[in-house]
Amino acid sequence: MAAQGTLTPSDYIAHHLTNLTVKVGEGGFWTLNLDTIIMSWVLGLVGLGGIWLVAKGATAEVPGKLQSFIEMFFEFVDNTVRDVFPGSRAFLGPLAITIFTWVFMMNLMDLIPIDWVATLSHGLGAPAWKAVPSTDLNTTFAMSFSIFFLIIFFSFKAKGAGGFVHELFTAPFGANPLLWIPNLALNIIELLAKPVSLGMRLFGNMYAGELIFMLLGLLGTIASLTFGGLIAGGASAVLTWGWAVFHILIILLQAFIFMVLSVVYIAMAHEHH
Amino acid sequence: MNINATLFVQALSFAFLIWFAVKFIWPPLTRAIEERNKRIADGLAAAEKGKAALVEAERKGEASMKEARDRASGVLTESEKRGTQIVDEARQAAKAEADRIVAGAREQIAAEVAKARTELREQVARLAVAGAEKILQREVDAKAHAEMLNKLKAEL
Repeated sequence: MAAQGTLTPSDYIAHHLTNLTVKVGEGGFWTLNLDTIIMSWVLGLVGLGGIWLVAKGATAEVPGKLQSFIEMFFEFVDNTVRDVFPGSRAFLGPLAITIFTWVFMMNLMDLIPIDWVATLSHGLGAPAWKAVPSTDLNTTFAMSFSIFFLIIFFSFKAKGAGGFVHELFTAPFGANPLLWIPNLALNIIELLAKPVSLGMRLFGNMYAGELIFMLLGLLGTIASLTFGGLIAGGASAVLTWGWAVFHILIILLQAFIFMVLSVVYIAMAHEHH
Repeated sequence: MNINATLFVQALSFAFLIWFAVKFIWPPLTRAIEERNKRIADGLAAAEKGKAALVEAERKGEASMKEARDRASGVLTESEKRGTQIVDEARQAAKAEADRIVAGAREQIAAEVAKARTELREQVARLAVAGAEKILQREVDAKAHAEMLNKLKAEL
């Protein structure tokens, strides 16, 4: 990429932030980010499909290394959910395992050098390709608002329609009719803050991480055989490596946070005020 | 980074993945792990039982060992006693036999002595008669002097 003379730094950044889109209807909204969709499908199928391949052959015999690893992961998720939610984990468990696996797999794409992705996609004839689906708000909001609807669903299920509505109007301040409106306003804000913060947190972390990789890559584009150019190239390589190592922590942590908060929110929906 | 219809696709993808995990991932793993937990618990219980059985068997073995030892020492004492008894009996029998043989021999000797004495007596009587005949130069009527001869024999 760097060899093209007409490429300016802002072109470089903008290019890496562009989705491969396809229009499916009138207006800007009816657009699909093909790269996001395809990458997340592939990653979801690889992640959960891989676990499924092991789980399907799992026996109570002495487990192999792979099965042990999957079981350790399973027990880690299971224990995390159990700590938060005392009830049946038949739904929350798989939900948590899905979130962690999927988000982790999507975040993991952040470690693939962005210029490799760009080179490959250009080689295949695609004008743009964003390899990290979790740097797309559509993905993170799709997940967080799914969690939002699950919160609503489980609130109804645990408290009944009357109980839930009653709680919306009477908690947290009290049942005095004068307080109904403030209660409701606060509850709506609280309910909406959950998916928005959940989706924005993951998106923001991954997007910023990606952006830093881009800036370091940009530093690499001015590498040359001059003194300053060598320093720039070396700094780019070292810092990119350092940030990638640090990023391993971030991608795991963000996947874990997304999983735990989702479970916590749904567990809270079961609580009576 | 605009919100667009991708949102719905991703939500559907998410729903599909959750369904997949609920249906195909969670149950087999739960089942395998629970079953293994049960097996391990059973194994531990069996080991505990085995340990108790071992202690019991050791105790039983110890008891029967002790019994066997007691019985063996009883048999030993008994047989020692019996041995001494047999030796005693044999000694007594031998002594009795020896006494009997000695007594028999003595009797025989006594009989021989008596017989020799009788013969001697008769010979002496005959010699006396022969001597007397010589002295008297005539025949002594044995019948007539039988009483005298017998008296003589008795005196010898």
